[in-house]
Amino acid sequence: MGVPRDPRGAHRSARPPPLFSFIIRRLLGAVGLLLIVSLVTFAIFFLLPRLAGASPDDLATKYVGKAPTAEAVAATKERLGLDDPFPIQYARYVKGIVVGQDYSNGPEVNHCPPPCLGYSFVNNEPVLPTLMDRAPVTLSLAVGAAVLWLIGGVSIGVLSALKRGTVLDRAAMAIALAGVSLPIYFTGLLSLAIFSYWLKIIPSTQYVNFKDDPLEWANHLSLAWITLAFLYAALYARLTRAGMLETLNEDYIRTARAKGLPERTVVVRHALRASLTPILTIFGLDLGLLLGGAVLTESTYSYAGLGTLSISSIEKGDLPMVMGVVLLATVFIVVASLIVDLLYAVVDPRVRLS
Amino acid sequence: MKKTKPIALAAAGLLLTSVLAACGGGDDDTSTGGGGGGGSTAQNDALTKVVNASDKKGGTLRIALSDDFDSLDPGDTYAALQWNFSRLYARALVTFKPVPGTGNLELVPDLATDLGKPSDDGLSWTYTLRPGLKYDDGTPITSKDVKYAVERSNYSKQLQTGPKYFKQYLADPDKYKGPYDDKADFKSIETPDDSTVVFKLSKKFAEFDYLASMPQTAPVPKAKDKGLDYKKAVVSSGPYKIDAYAVGKSLSMSRNPSWDQASDPIRTALPDKIEVQLGQDANDIDNRLLSGGLDLDLAGVGVQVPAQGKILGNTDQKKLSDVSTGGTLSYLALNQTVAPLDNIHCRKAVAYATDKLAAQTAFGGPVTGGQIATTIVPSTVSGYVKADAYPSGPDNHGDVAKAKEELAACGKPNGFDIVMSARSDRPKEMQMQAGLQQGFARVGIKVTFKNAPFSDYITTLHASPDYIHKNKIGIIFTKWGADWPSGFGFLSQIVDSRAIKPSGNSNYQETKNPEVDKLLDQAAETPDKAAREKLYAQIDQTVMAEAGIVPLVYSSQLLYRPASLTNVYVSPAYSGMYDYVHLGVK
Repeated sequence: MGVPRDPRGAHRSARPPPLFSFIIRRLLGAVGLLLIVSLVTFAIFFLLPRLAGASPDDLATKYVGKAPTAEAVAATKERLGLDDPFPIQYARYVKGIVVGQDYSNGPEVNHCPPPCLGYSFVNNEPVLPTLMDRAPVTLSLAVGAAVLWLIGGVSIGVLSALKRGTVLDRAAMAIALAGVSLPIYFTGLLSLAIFSYWLKIIPSTQYVNFKDDPLEWANHLSLAWITLAFLYAALYARLTRAGMLETLNEDYIRTARAKGLPERTVVVRHALRASLTPILTIFGLDLGLLLGGAVLTESTYSYAGLGTLSISSIEKGDLPMVMGVVLLATVFIVVASLIVDLLYAVVDPRVRLS
Repeated sequence: MKKTKPIALAAAGLLLTSVLAACGGGDDDTSTGGGGGGGSTAQNDALTKVVNASDKKGGTLRIALSDDFDSLDPGDTYAALQWNFSRLYARALVTFKPVPGTGNLELVPDLATDLGKPSDDGLSWTYTLRPGLKYDDGTPITSKDVKYAVERSNYSKQLQTGPKYFKQYLADPDKYKGPYDDKADFKSIETPDDSTVVFKLSKKFAEFDYLASMPQTAPVPKAKDKGLDYKKAVVSSGPYKIDAYAVGKSLSMSRNPSWDQASDPIRTALPDKIEVQLGQDANDIDNRLLSGGLDLDLAGVGVQVPAQGKILGNTDQKKLSDVSTGGTLSYLALNQTVAPLDNIHCRKAVAYATDKLAAQTAFGGPVTGGQIATTIVPSTVSGYVKADAYPSGPDNHGDVAKAKEELAACGKPNGFDIVMSARSDRPKEMQMQAGLQQGFARVGIKVTFKNAPFSDYITTLHASPDYIHKNKIGIIFTKWGADWPSGFGFLSQIVDSRAIKPSGNSNYQETKNPEVDKLLDQAAETPDKAAREKLYAQIDQTVMAEAGIVPLVYSSQLLYRPASLTNVYVSPAYSGMYDYVHLGVK
């Protein structure tokens, strides 16, 4: 029989974590990562086609309406700087991020302040303001759904683990299986068909700004939140259940019970806390990925978020906009994993920030 | 508790089943939809008459679009829907008569008092503006603004989305560089006074009024021009002004207080407000139209496949729909430089062996796909004359016997191998390709595929003759719609040898027939419309005689008009979508 492993007992005498230097180091690492991601993405969009034999004219032709005359192609090539060698194009991109960029719309010259991610090749909109305009939609969608699925998934998982083998457990796991298996474009359309087109309880689509009307904001997002949460909650319920079942069999749980601790304390403070670490890891990644654009959900519910922006930009070959979404998604993932790492220390004191 | 779960699950199952049944369409004639049943209209009423005729003002016209506008700037757009829609805030010199049926193809003056007056030598066209015209900021509209609008849209290097027909036809000895980069006055557009604008041409062009109908002649005040950013700050000359435009998200318009009905015989301006939701899911748009949550799908290309079933399977819904011909031709271009299609008999063999019914079926059948085509110029374009150079048999599956005769004449009695292309991201085209492949196999023509996604196909790959030659692509599928609804508008880019370009080419079959070029030039110089139409028919027949093009279908679309929409009719001039300048709401 081993010694009970009480997470709270470990490293009690350790010095406080060097939080500040940890965050600084991670942020510096993030900048390096962003540079690498930007270079790789830029190369995919601007270098690979050239290596595959596409000329600058071929690239420019895509951004000239339906009648690409030679003159129009030449003018567009010049305006978008497609004729320059790859290193110059990339240097110009990075320079824009660091010091900004000037851009002629014809009669005027606009200054795009740093960090300038350039202008759309398709509609000439500056990339960063477009991303900032779309981000609140995705943020509202992802965070709202995340709260729901975290609370729902973890609660169901805990209940299932505690009532293992009962009808409740089996039903919850069956629903969880359905949630994991059913694609969002099925559950999403079904929810729209029932609640929007048929019962007309919840308005379909259209995002309402939180600042304009918080109630309508929630009302308009509720279907998407539930649909998205259904998918993720199912996964989290299964993960929590598995983690809880494993932890509940640990010796220290038996010891805690033997000490006469109330069952609630045993389950919540001892068992659940220990099971949360893997959930937290996956939650950070899931949320980070979703913040980069919940493509299917946004498309199904017609939200103008980062997901629909990335899809329409890819369809139209709007390279600067795709670059912007990729970089922003990277930032979200980096930040989410940083927060997860910080939270590890809170949930599990065995983890040192180093 | 153990018993309630199965009951709850069963109840949920029943709910789902009933909802799916309700959403599935079928023959349920009791469902109303469309915000209020079929009323007294019938299917296709809007093809020939004004449905729900009304002069009731007020309300909000609720519109949705699955994409964004290519640009709200009238000088920088090339989308048919936008040429139709922009007329609500941007008045061109000329427009199409706001009536249903073929009368809609007739040009009528809009901002101008009359259609263009050509000079005796046909080299200058003069338009006079109506008196009292104002922008939404109350400033007067002058002929200089029309001149400036054409200059910026056709000559600046920034605005490249729209067509450049003015640049093609206006005289330009000094190689004008557009108002942003060239401070010299552009001499080929004159404005002798504030209400007169004169266009000086380099060669005669009898259809100049069609150019004047393009949104590029809608006036733009130089002081308010922001070039590429003007789309977000358009100054209105029409009955509505733009209150807010969130790129890719929404557009809100309300009445332009400076617009005067007395100066505008075209528009009725019934709704108080117009709200457009952008970037909406196409199926969601259909469902909202059918459930009364929307008045109009701005794309105007018909409902999606799931909604087609719901509409055609329900008599009440069917009454609210119209099958309109879009003025677009789906066809096979047979490249005349790729062996063995450099031999006319081999091309004729392909023409006879083409299973047009298979193509029509792949596109959705006669209602939502389109009618079988036998000419290049579609039936809704002026210049159409019925003809059928290569009859495809009584069942339209192709004439195998004739095809074999032509193969023998070509010296390939057992057929040949050939590469065919279509747009790989268009599922219907993929089905069509497979259907045609089987049809060709009947006579020994073995087809392999070399496809590409739409955006590359029409720009750098298949639209490049070099690419076609290098990959030996003999049969190129494509679709074509005219920039304006006349034979010239339809034919000039696809059969003129001088229109062949190294990329972005539309003369896929590479027709290089001096006779065709000559007839096009002759038509451009013929003032009489009827005489021009005869020439277009002649061009059509000449290209068909050399079997450069195999017409498949004149595409059609299933449009839906909710009962809430008033003053609805199909506009042949705008690709068979509804005419957007007259719409109102109940």
